[in-house]
Amino acid sequence: MTALIFTLATELRQRVDLSPLTPDSLAGKSIEEIGATLLQTGNRQRRADEIFVIEGNDTSHIKVQNSTAKLDYIGKGMTHGDLYVAGDAGSYAGMSMKGGNLRILGDVGAYAACEMKNGQIHVQGDAGDFLGAALPGNKKGMQGGIVIVKGNAADRVGDRMRRGAILIEGDAGCYLGARMTAGTVAVLGSVGEHIGYAMQRGTLLLLQAPSSIPVTFNDCGTHTLGFLPLLLRGFQEFETRFGALAGSIKRVQRYAGDMANLGKGEMLIAV
Amino acid sequence: MIINGVQIDNTFAEAFPMRATRVIITAQNIKWAYHAARAMSGFATSVIACGCEASIERELDAKESPDGRPGIAVMIFAMGGKGLAKQLETRAGQCVLTSPTAALFAGMRDGEPIPLGKNLRYFGDGFQISKRINGKRYWRVPVMDGEFLTEETTGMVKAIGGGNFLILAESQPQALAASEAAIEAMHKIPNVIMPFPGGVVRSGSKVGSKYKALSASTNDAFCPTLKGQTRTELSPDIESVMEIVIDGLSEADIRTAMRVGIAAACGRGAENGIRRISAGNYGGKLGPFLFHLQEIMA
Repeated sequence: MTALIFTLATELRQRVDLSPLTPDSLAGKSIEEIGATLLQTGNRQRRADEIFVIEGNDTSHIKVQNSTAKLDYIGKGMTHGDLYVAGDAGSYAGMSMKGGNLRILGDVGAYAACEMKNGQIHVQGDAGDFLGAALPGNKKGMQGGIVIVKGNAADRVGDRMRRGAILIEGDAGCYLGARMTAGTVAVLGSVGEHIGYAMQRGTLLLLQAPSSIPVTFNDCGTHTLGFLPLLLRGFQEFETRFGALAGSIKRVQRYAGDMANLGKGEMLIAV
Repeated sequence: MIINGVQIDNTFAEAFPMRATRVIITAQNIKWAYHAARAMSGFATSVIACGCEASIERELDAKESPDGRPGIAVMIFAMGGKGLAKQLETRAGQCVLTSPTAALFAGMRDGEPIPLGKNLRYFGDGFQISKRINGKRYWRVPVMDGEFLTEETTGMVKAIGGGNFLILAESQPQALAASEAAIEAMHKIPNVIMPFPGGVVRSGSKVGSKYKALSASTNDAFCPTLKGQTRTELSPDIESVMEIVIDGLSEADIRTAMRVGIAAACGRGAENGIRRISAGNYGGKLGPFLFHLQEIMA
């Protein structure tokens, strides 16, 4: 068994919906059947083998090579297996994912990990807006699993997030954790304005203090919290720098908010 | 059978099915972990009147404990699942939640989950925070020294209670010294506890009583002061008898603990006044698990 490899063979003029190419939907199919899989692109459908050169046969280990930001919905709803993306990914990568590993070597577009329920997403580059968020109009964003971004993340990370962890090793944009109802978002770098806007519950763990604390977050003092080493040690099984912080973050400044909303969220800033 | 001049009676200990759980208490240092653990396992010598049997199983160093602090493993045994859950919750709430710097974690993953912090969280009055870490749910309950961290559930498994053996000696100090040696050796065995004070019980009981209200009463056959007054099991040279009761997760665990304990007691030898090792044999009235002393020591 060798990994099933999709190598992008044409220059895309339209965006392509790659959601049919997951370990779940390809399981048990021959390479001919896989090649005949119809992919939505623009206002029409094209066979997968018109867009990709397809090799290999292990549908639980899939690689997308020469990937570009025009490939949307990569790994949507997958429940198991590994999906490796060599290059960038478009929007909605890992949307509603329920298990398995999605690894993206480049950047991801907007709404990556949106409404994700379980599994692991690893982004080597940067992430677009609404990482781990809810789709517009929906009430629950990410509901489980872990997302690791080695680069930076744009605005609205964890918008309406419900559970799980998002670990950003670079910087994060504005409205980090906005409207969060639970879960953990941690950022090693700097964060933008309006952090925790309308946050109800959940934890924002920051290694660098934001330029300004929102007026609707109240200072609860500096503390040694017993759960933090446990939480950070829990990240040691993943490929992230956060696991190494278990012994180094001793104390945190705790802010509770958003007091204009439920006010049971917290912003923990390492001191 | 004679070991080091000590007679091993051809009899058996009789034990009964129980339910058991294990929790881990950690604290800022081992002293405060012990404070919480001793409180939690206090007044838990016998299910006859305490509702459960509990004791410290062992110490955990910082590397073994869930949160990297010194810890203590406590095991609790009860006659049924509901009773165990109730005892666990009450004891966790009054003895660990209250103890400075203490945190409380599951000590076993097997079996049926029973609430640990699941209901204690309500002490937080709405300020409690849930965290799911590596598939396990924890609760952070705000308390006056900071936060009480507890896992939501721990495991409950089928277990065995009432494994035992008796040390018969020429004097009370000699019986106690042999009992202490046995307990010290048995504390190194995992999955068992000896729930009586210091692991030793001097008031072994028989099933039933002349008083209808009592389900158990003094084991008169082994009371040295009644040698001339009742159908005694004691020879004239026996002046004191002490019992070690063992609760364990499996028959094998209890057998191992009994073997180690009896060997340590016999290690004191006849020259130190240890004459016989016997066991609480209730003629099948107490329970289905039989631990034959001579088989165990063979």
